[in-house]
Amino acid sequence: MTENEMHFEYLLRLGDNCAILGQRLAEWCGKAPVLEEELALMNVGLDLIGQARLLLDHAGKVEGAGRDEDKLAFFRDTQEWRNLLLIEQPNGDFAKTMARQMFFDCFQYLQFEALLDSSDKTLSEIAAKSLKEITYHRRHSTNWVIRLGDGTEESHEKMQAAIDELWGFVPEMFDMDEVEDAMVAAGIGADVNALRPRWDEMINSILEEATLKRPEDTWSVRGSRVGKHSEHLGFLLAEMQFLPRAYPDAKW
Amino acid sequence: MTVIDNTNDQLEQAFQSKVDAELKIEPKDWMPDGYRKTLVRQMSQHAHSEVVGMLPEGNWLTRAPSLKRKAILMAKIQDEGGHGLYLYSAAETLGVSRDEMYEQLHTGKAKYSSIFNYPTLNWADIGAIGWLVDGAAITNQIALCRCSYGPYARAMVKVCKEESFHQRQGYEIMINMANGTKEQKEMAQDAINRWWWPSLMMFGPHDKNSDHSSQSMKWKIKRTSNDELRQRFVDATVPQAKFLGLEVPDDKLAWNEEKQSYDWGEIDWDEFRNVVAGNGLCNRERLQTRRDAHEGGKWVRDAALAYAEKQKKRAAEKHAA
Amino acid sequence: MSENKTAEELPLYEVFIRSKNGLHHKHAGSLHAADAEMALTNARDVYTRRSEGVSIWVVKATDVIASNPEDKGSFYEPNDDKLYRHPTFYNIPDEVGHM
Repeated sequence: MTENEMHFEYLLRLGDNCAILGQRLAEWCGKAPVLEEELALMNVGLDLIGQARLLLDHAGKVEGAGRDEDKLAFFRDTQEWRNLLLIEQPNGDFAKTMARQMFFDCFQYLQFEALLDSSDKTLSEIAAKSLKEITYHRRHSTNWVIRLGDGTEESHEKMQAAIDELWGFVPEMFDMDEVEDAMVAAGIGADVNALRPRWDEMINSILEEATLKRPEDTWSVRGSRVGKHSEHLGFLLAEMQFLPRAYPDAKW
Repeated sequence: MTVIDNTNDQLEQAFQSKVDAELKIEPKDWMPDGYRKTLVRQMSQHAHSEVVGMLPEGNWLTRAPSLKRKAILMAKIQDEGGHGLYLYSAAETLGVSRDEMYEQLHTGKAKYSSIFNYPTLNWADIGAIGWLVDGAAITNQIALCRCSYGPYARAMVKVCKEESFHQRQGYEIMINMANGTKEQKEMAQDAINRWWWPSLMMFGPHDKNSDHSSQSMKWKIKRTSNDELRQRFVDATVPQAKFLGLEVPDDKLAWNEEKQSYDWGEIDWDEFRNVVAGNGLCNRERLQTRRDAHEGGKWVRDAALAYAEKQKKRAAEKHAA
Repeated sequence: MSENKTAEELPLYEVFIRSKNGLHHKHAGSLHAADAEMALTNARDVYTRRSEGVSIWVVKATDVIASNPEDKGSFYEPNDDKLYRHPTFYNIPDEVGHM
């Protein structure tokens, strides 16, 4: 890969996380546990779709092949997506959605904070704008994890189960590979591996307050960086991409 | 007895003259029982319509054809949720709880706008809902901004302000569809074919057949009659359909030069009654979705309450120590 | 406390928003929340979607103490005739100019 290709690939990783998580939150529409929470979830979803648009638009320009945000969002197949495995996991119940959100919010917060210093000026601007949004997302998901963990017996069980179920998707977030290394070296990317201790610190304190147990590191899965996704992503994309694929000449 | 009756009469007279003088009624003011009941019924029905109304559009949220359209639709549906919330809050000022209102919705005792029992079958339906359904709703809601009950009127002002983008985004979708590929044009025509008449039904029965209308007009809960609002909507909307190059599915539709407005056909009232009675294509599904959300969310609400209770206790213990 | 577990509803909060610095907080509406933090974030999500505010107050609805409409006579009307509290009550010769 040339440096430019790696730059494009790196931006896809960032943007795809936002696009897919925004799509997952959209699935909650009309089904939230409280009406107020309906609006909160959509606020988070809207922020994420906004971030995805900025990042994919920028990715398309870096690639220089004439693909815009929608070409990238609607005309790539499963193996061309670069979002984390964690992100594409189904919503499950509210506890699982909040566990996924809290893991990612804490990660994205640290990652985008580091990206403030990116030599890619557009990227650092996107990071600055997004960081304010992410700060709120993190507060929102953290509060829910604590409330559910330290709520009733039933909610505690559900919250613990959600944390356990998603724990094996965590290590992938912090993996370095050729692309991440090159981007760090070029001053464009953030060293995610170096973020792990702070992420652990955040998560430990949340779990403690939520009276939840930090799971043992007994399993982990990986693959999204090279397009090896769980089977869930294909269905998500089938739904999301249906219209532009069925009517490729249409303008909406 | 007579004394009490007299007092009641006097109170009622004072109330009516206040309403006649265009003064607003506020939550703690004296009001006739019927006024309170009518308001609770109408406001909760309106709130339910907003919340159930999220579902047909939500049906296309995960399939919106561009990221921009997805964001716009999400913001719009979110607004509907917000409007439901404003309206539930306004109704709560009359002493009814949101849970009671939910209960009435979930057991079928309370109605919501029948339009949301029709399915959204293609993307142009999202355009048609914004353009026609929101258009009809706004026609209604603008009239309600002058409603005699303060909290309802204030909620309506906020709703109308926020909804002004809803109809425009719908019409913009229709413009793109009507000027798009052959398939898109077909979708647009198909959408207006299915949504035109149900939109006209949104204004309710003819004035002469409407049970609640005259008393509501006297109380200024309702400011303009069903038929008048419906005509206003037709007159405003037909030229918009013409601009799109779409055909309004009514062969009796014709401009009446003399009265300077449109003549048009008759609503299929059997279909209207049938859908109101619960036999529309989506009635059962819509209600079930709302029930599932509420019942399925109970453990979350219980947990939030339990946590709040624990926090309160902890704070008290800390304070005592 | 209700004995019936299903009858438990999240408490009602009143929301006040300051639209920009220099202005009072103004009543915006109400919402349900389990605790203060949730009330505050819900208020942000429900009532400031279009940048309507720079500051939010939330107050538990049961903590609001309201006057009664029946007190209108004794509360407000006694002040209707105290016109000397208003500047227009006083005659100042035009020659003096603005005061």
